[in-house]
Amino acid sequence: MAEHSSEHHIVPLKYYFGVFGLLMVLTAVTVLVASFDLEHIWGPLNIIVAMTVAVIKATAVVLIFMHVRWSSKLTQVIIISGLFWLLILLVMGVTDYMARTGWPTKLGQ
Amino acid sequence: MAEHATHVPGLAHHFVSMEQQKEAGTLGMWIFLLTELMFFGGLFLAYTIYRTTYPEGFLYGSHLLNVPLGGTNTVVLIVSSLTMAMAVYYSQLGEKKKLIFFLLVTLALCFVFLIIKYFEYMSKIHDHLFPAFGTYHPSTTGPHGIPLELQQPVRVFLWIYFLMTGLHALHMIVGAGILITLIYMAQKGRFTKQYNSPVEISGLYWHFVDIVWIFLFPLLYLTGFHVSGAGH
Repeated sequence: MAEHSSEHHIVPLKYYFGVFGLLMVLTAVTVLVASFDLEHIWGPLNIIVAMTVAVIKATAVVLIFMHVRWSSKLTQVIIISGLFWLLILLVMGVTDYMARTGWPTKLGQ
Repeated sequence: MAEHATHVPGLAHHFVSMEQQKEAGTLGMWIFLLTELMFFGGLFLAYTIYRTTYPEGFLYGSHLLNVPLGGTNTVVLIVSSLTMAMAVYYSQLGEKKKLIFFLLVTLALCFVFLIIKYFEYMSKIHDHLFPAFGTYHPSTTGPHGIPLELQQPVRVFLWIYFLMTGLHALHMIVGAGILITLIYMAQKGRFTKQYNSPVEISGLYWHFVDIVWIFLFPLLYLTGFHVSGAGH
């Protein structure tokens, strides 16, 4: 955060190449892990691993490719509040559906 | 206004400085992207609810998708994100030729993605797996067949698949339009070391579309990947 006051912050190319490498490796990890049946260990383990890897990839893209690491505090706060809003949508939405038994009605039953 | 006698090219009159203008543009783009996040968020919520309702349908349905093609498109998008980031880098340095080169590479990768997506869609339509317009008539046998009792649950999965990847592809098409506009502007010499916000802001959009795919690929293509032969 120290250097964000300079008029034009130019992110060095090595950061971009680093994130690119990370994304490629994690894509391979995603495919590899998906081919193992982790559900034998614990029901939702496959999806948890897949989503954790996806969140790491997205975070790297946001911080480096999208320059948020060097963005102003205002931009960073607005992004975090936006993510919090998404969390409300997902958590409250899922909670609502879990509380209703028999909805959505299964097709053909 | 007297102090603006030495007018900076690209600075709109309602901004005090280039820095303020860039900050306002970046913030505005992020607010737009957060509305996009809520838009796709609703679809991811629908995915979660229907996957919970029809786990077998989603498991079986994901086996109907082509993992090598989906994986190739994932790599294409990651490379395009890198080339877009490099376009932004060279726009900041004011290197016009390299900026145009990397915008063109990004555009080419965008088309590669869309062409692969087109072939994926066509094969689904060919196998009578498109869930709407009365064209959904899957066979019950063969590699693209679905057992009778799973046909409706798989249809729900295919709805979600076409809706989410279709809207993502629409964003790619819009992105292609943005890239063409940027290439035109760059050719006209509109971007300088001091003024390159359009490139940077379009970069944010491009990376956002990449992030959506980062989640779509495992959720749609790899969901049933660990259950070998579940679809066959």
